[in-house]
Amino acid sequence: MSRLSALLVRETALAWGRGGGPLVTVGFYAGVATLLPLAIGPEPERLAAIAPGAAWVALALASLLSLDRLFERDYEDGALDLLTLSPTPLELTCFLKCLGQWLATGAPLALAAPIAAIALGAKPDLAPLIFACALLGGLAFAFTGGIGAALSLGARRGGLLTAVIVLPLFVPPVIFGGGALDAFASGLPWSSGLALLGAYAAMSVAIGPLAMAAACRNALS
Amino acid sequence: MRRRATLFKRLGDSVIEQLLLRGCAIRRGGRLLFEGVDLSLRRGEACALTGPNGSGKTSLLRAVAGLVRLEAGEVAFGDLDSAEARGEGLHFVGHADGLKSSRTAREELAFWTRWGGGTDGAVREAAEALDLVRLLDLEVRRLSAGQRRRLALSRLLAAPRALWLLDEPLSPLDARWREGFGVLMARHLESGGMILAAVHDPLPVAAKSLEIIG
Repeated sequence: MSRLSALLVRETALAWGRGGGPLVTVGFYAGVATLLPLAIGPEPERLAAIAPGAAWVALALASLLSLDRLFERDYEDGALDLLTLSPTPLELTCFLKCLGQWLATGAPLALAAPIAAIALGAKPDLAPLIFACALLGGLAFAFTGGIGAALSLGARRGGLLTAVIVLPLFVPPVIFGGGALDAFASGLPWSSGLALLGAYAAMSVAIGPLAMAAACRNALS
Repeated sequence: MRRRATLFKRLGDSVIEQLLLRGCAIRRGGRLLFEGVDLSLRRGEACALTGPNGSGKTSLLRAVAGLVRLEAGEVAFGDLDSAEARGEGLHFVGHADGLKSSRTAREELAFWTRWGGGTDGAVREAAEALDLVRLLDLEVRRLSAGQRRRLALSRLLAAPRALWLLDEPLSPLDARWREGFGVLMARHLESGGMILAAVHDPLPVAAKSLEIIG
């Protein structure tokens, strides 16, 4: 177990420092959330209607930020070679890398999401649901995002490629999470949206590492 | 000295008894680098892999480590299953050393030791053997090329494994450390280890030689 916990600690520390870490990610998130009312107009009713959705989309975009370096650095400096030379399956290694990414950026973003939504005019009683959606959604973003990061290994301008590969995979969680928030705000049953978001997160956690490991092996050979 | 002697006695459970290459060929980017490469390496033996730049020395080392696919031929590790041998039985030290420049030497050595299955005590011993103790608190980016290479090489000692795959291990080292690393290689061979090293200069230990002609 100590081998795996050492990897998780290292990956979280690296993700914490990558591209400025959670501070920059949350700063970017705040920036996007501030731009929206400037474009849409300051009327509180209009803003309140779009607040949960806007906070949610901004979250998806902010999750993309440090994703492209998830495998790229290890690939360039040879660490990925050494990570494969171990009894630990590469799939488990990829799982821990994404978990570290989520702990270092997904969790801080989940804390910031309710604040951003309320600042945009969402009702405060929406905050717990936004937090839950952001936590689950962040998990889905990190694990589907990892697939894009691994697939774009070795490509020039890999970051852009990662975004293009990953954004379609972000569609289902954005729909499910946005649906749950919208339903809650209009007093409709919302739990099915949250359940579907959870299901998508569980699926990406289960399938993502398999795809990432295959993409890494392909990039190395 | 006694401490160093203990350093070399512990090889893990998955000890590779023999490395055997039969008729190996590698193709990179549509070009056949080499074909028909054979090699047998038993415990206690070293082999210097020579050949001009671009002949495929690094690719052959990576193929032994399972990082590059062979076009033809096979790599066998005695009776050991190749996944087990690659996972627990060999070390690979290449040009890309896997060290993160933003982390301290201590953090990196401690992580890679754990990853290789070594203990905290082994970290200290390895750092002493390569005279890294006073450098451990520096960020990797502050190290010179030779110091950085010594840090990469210290992983070999921190987690004992039978087969060392080394890609030009000596090139950034000064004369003193070329000799010093030669002593460490000799001890590894004495304790039943194996070394396959791509080099341009002769290895500082008695070794077979395998020339790759591109």
